[in-house]
Amino acid sequence: MSSDVLAIQNAEAASRPWVETLHEWVTTIDHKRLGILYILYALVFLVIGGIEATIIRIQLMRPHNDFVSPQVFNRMFTMHGTTMIFFVAMPILFGFANYLVPLMIGARDMAFPRLNAFGFWLTALGGFLLYFSFVGGSGLYGAGSAPDVGWFAYAPLTSRAFSVGHSADYWTIALLVSGFGSISTAINIIATILCMRCPGMKLSRMPLLAWLNLVMAGMVILAVSPLTAAQIMLSIDRYLGGHFFDTQAGGSATLWMHFFWIFGHPEVYVLIIPAFAFASEIIPVFSRKPIFGYPVMVAATICIGFIGLSVWAHHMFTIGMNSYANSFFVFTTMAIAVPTGIKIFNWLGTMWGGKIQFKTPMIFCIGFLLQFLIAGLTGVMMSVAPFDWQLGNSYFVVAHFHYVIVGGILFCLFGAFYYWFPKITGRLLNETLGKLHFWLFAIGFHLTFDSMHIPGLLGMPRRIYTYEPGRGWEIWNLIETIGVFVQGIATLIFVANLVLSYFNGPKAGNDPWDAWTLEWSVSSPPPVYNFASIPTVASRRPLWDLKHPEDPDSHYE
Amino acid sequence: MACLIFAESAIFTIFVVAYLFYVGKSLSGPTPREVLETPIFYTVCLLSSSLTVHVAGKLLERGRRGALLLLWVLTIVLGALFLYGTGQEWHRLIYEHGLTISTNLFGTTYYSLVGLHAFHVTAGLIMLSIVLFFGLAGRVGPEQSSRVDVLSLYWHFVDAVWVVVFTVVYVLGR
Amino acid sequence: MRIVETMQKADWPAIISRVVGVALLIAGVLLAAGLCTATPPDNSVPSIFDSHSTPADSIRHLSHFVLGITGLIFLVVFSLLSYVVVKFRRRVADAEREPAQVYGSTQIELAWTIIPILIVVVLFLATARVIHAIQDAPRPAEAVEVTAIGHQFWWEFQYPKLGIVTANELHVPVSDAAHPTPTFLKLLSADTDHSFWVPQLAGKTDLIPNHPNGTWIDPHETGLFLGQCAQYCGTQHAKMLLRVYVDTPEDFNAWVRGQQEPAKGGEKEAAGRHAFETTACLNCHAITGTNGTGRFGPDLTHLMSRRTIASGAAENSAQNLRLWIQNPDSIKPGSLMPAMKLSDADLDALVRYLETLQ
Repeated sequence: MSSDVLAIQNAEAASRPWVETLHEWVTTIDHKRLGILYILYALVFLVIGGIEATIIRIQLMRPHNDFVSPQVFNRMFTMHGTTMIFFVAMPILFGFANYLVPLMIGARDMAFPRLNAFGFWLTALGGFLLYFSFVGGSGLYGAGSAPDVGWFAYAPLTSRAFSVGHSADYWTIALLVSGFGSISTAINIIATILCMRCPGMKLSRMPLLAWLNLVMAGMVILAVSPLTAAQIMLSIDRYLGGHFFDTQAGGSATLWMHFFWIFGHPEVYVLIIPAFAFASEIIPVFSRKPIFGYPVMVAATICIGFIGLSVWAHHMFTIGMNSYANSFFVFTTMAIAVPTGIKIFNWLGTMWGGKIQFKTPMIFCIGFLLQFLIAGLTGVMMSVAPFDWQLGNSYFVVAHFHYVIVGGILFCLFGAFYYWFPKITGRLLNETLGKLHFWLFAIGFHLTFDSMHIPGLLGMPRRIYTYEPGRGWEIWNLIETIGVFVQGIATLIFVANLVLSYFNGPKAGNDPWDAWTLEWSVSSPPPVYNFASIPTVASRRPLWDLKHPEDPDSHYE
Repeated sequence: MACLIFAESAIFTIFVVAYLFYVGKSLSGPTPREVLETPIFYTVCLLSSSLTVHVAGKLLERGRRGALLLLWVLTIVLGALFLYGTGQEWHRLIYEHGLTISTNLFGTTYYSLVGLHAFHVTAGLIMLSIVLFFGLAGRVGPEQSSRVDVLSLYWHFVDAVWVVVFTVVYVLGR
Repeated sequence: MRIVETMQKADWPAIISRVVGVALLIAGVLLAAGLCTATPPDNSVPSIFDSHSTPADSIRHLSHFVLGITGLIFLVVFSLLSYVVVKFRRRVADAEREPAQVYGSTQIELAWTIIPILIVVVLFLATARVIHAIQDAPRPAEAVEVTAIGHQFWWEFQYPKLGIVTANELHVPVSDAAHPTPTFLKLLSADTDHSFWVPQLAGKTDLIPNHPNGTWIDPHETGLFLGQCAQYCGTQHAKMLLRVYVDTPEDFNAWVRGQQEPAKGGEKEAAGRHAFETTACLNCHAITGTNGTGRFGPDLTHLMSRRTIASGAAENSAQNLRLWIQNPDSIKPGSLMPAMKLSDADLDALVRYLETLQ
């Protein structure tokens, strides 16, 4: 019945002028469309950030290379980091949250649909501002362009004295603006989850994706604000003559570091927790078992949220804090490994005794498990402060965080694409291309990021546009660059899959994966009102109960 | 609103931390002890405005629109008085003592923290005025109680922040 | 028979590809480990595992312990993952029924909570011990004291008690376990953040303006040790290189005496000295005995005692000196040395003068 409605909608759509469709998309407040807008926006910036990474890697392919000047190189790594974190990872995760959370909790939309749109357009404006810096950032004597202060913009490098022109201001304002967008969306997610669950869906019956996005949103609220505050302070320094970080006036460069990392560390948990959410939905379905230890998974995530607010100075082990402060942050950082490790074991426990189907979403999640394990262990290595005094600020760190973000978050994201693309568009992505995408990307990923640990161990610091020959770094840098091209090809295959399947993919139907959460009970794509009538649920897997009336979950929970 | 208050509290906390961190560290210029005068009267104004806005909300629930408008105007007046007081203090600091945001660390942290608060007071006054405007046009009744409550909550937050700022700047910081 | 049946039903291509993948992974790891630890004896590869100084040694020992634990955890979890992926794959014959729906197990979850907590406690205690050992190490009376000041994009080294000011190349005496003579460095910055990192001698410590830091090295082999700035400080962060010469006590004392002497060569190369003193050179550079007392750039009094110029960016040769003065951007684009735009005659004279500054 809902497919008839869609047929009518599609027929109407075919005859409408494209201007009207565009207008509809630009003025939409529907969570599903905003979710898609966030995701498409992020994909565009993913390509741009990828090009920046490719430029970096070509320059570093051999020592004393002159592919780009040092000034351009410094802009590239700054823009690459800033783009990937703020205009790829955050929007794409907000996009999926936007699309999925109302559907999974049985609601018709988010709590504040117009605030939702406001949040998206603020984020979009932020990205535009950041890239406008290439044009508008020039200052005295043509100095300044895109920001070149690194994505964490340490003071006093960002003061007027050392950053001429407006490049640092574009960094500041772009992130300030998109920060307000992030806070808006986080408020929306929290209000939606706390107030708009369907009847019967107690908090303890919510899908894990909803729980984890709730924790993520709470962290955004507490974590983005310190960055906002610090950026206001930086702007006061740069434009009103303030001295917050002006070391010549007695100000403190380390104060910026503390404020930034009080944001920066929870931020990475903001990024990984939604990725955990995807894995927690996909792994059970393709193992054909419920998630192992649901209550502990929730508790562990909340623990990660709290402890994550107390570990920030492990980014600052080398700045000369006293041994007691260093030891404190060693302890909290190691402590956070415990709930994180528990989650890995719970996912393994979910797969144990199951009947695993190696469809594309699942193999990406298996890759995630392996890679996140390694990433977590290199993180534990760096939590050992003396070891970090060697490893910190070197390519070992760069390898570690790319392992988490690319090997962990991006792999889960790819899994999420293959899993939910049928729901969003009504068509399945091609399995063969999917598997090709996975293997090629995995090979490229490991070529680049496994190798990258080694120059770090051999003394190569980060953020250098070139390096001396004869230090044993050349071969690894070359291999890393080759891996980038392999990943690029894999990504192109992915994009091709998206486009081809959108037009020609097999029809998915409501529930192609035989899954158990509410979004699979509606048509693909869902109608604009989501549910014809708001469902009532009695367990964590309402569709399992429907499909197995003789053995419903509600008997066991 | 509760979430927004959490977020804003985090922002204010960072400014308070910066203020406390830099107490006594200015390399030059006027110190807090030399130039600050405790703004008791204006603080009382602001804190009373919390009371008036609270009572206004309660009366609105009972349908007393007239009383609401009166108390609402009083709230705005008290809030505006507070802003006037801040402005007066800044005028004195700048012209009599030469303390600006760029003078020294005290100047920077003081004007930022108090200024951030004053900005939030201003935003609150604008929102209160919008509600007043609709109230005068007869559009605010008991059905809008919950929305008025949300705005009241924001106003209470602004006052609570002032209690913290007051303590940090005029009590602890000297 | 069960075994034969299982073997017949198994999905061989997948299993083989997985095993090959694992084998490659292990091979890669071993290869990498071998390559890492096998460094040439001439210290050209600044590996953190090739430590030659007490703090770097402590870190290395701790790292072995940490790598052992994390390696073990990796093997256990990786084996579990591989086992699960092979053993619990869906077999075509059995595809219809859903497996047993297990929701959790308190005992198992307790076990895999408690064991990691114990590991964390052990790791923390081991770490805290080394932190204190390095950060709170006592300073013996015979320690050499150096003040390192980070600049954009070069290192200033002062030996306050010896009256020496030099740049970019640090000389320290080798330290003997019986009579230790470590070098304690006070770390300051003249502009933005930098970081002093010579991996074979110690972990890195940052140089932050208005925030004095300290570090120490206790080298027990002589030789040249390489490092570089490890905190992004601007355009030429990449070429802010470090060279630490660990000398025998005799060589160190000879070097000190040489550095303490006033500048030579002024009389013989009067034209060059005149060029130095009448152009903007002396705004930034100091040479004892001349009017030059600038501190923005490196002290040139004993320029020829250094093997490199521009903080390691180029070898200290007449040709490079000439190039550096006329067009620094050709060696280090974005450095704060201005192109001096001297006439050829002045330039030649100046270079000849500088070459006398032993």
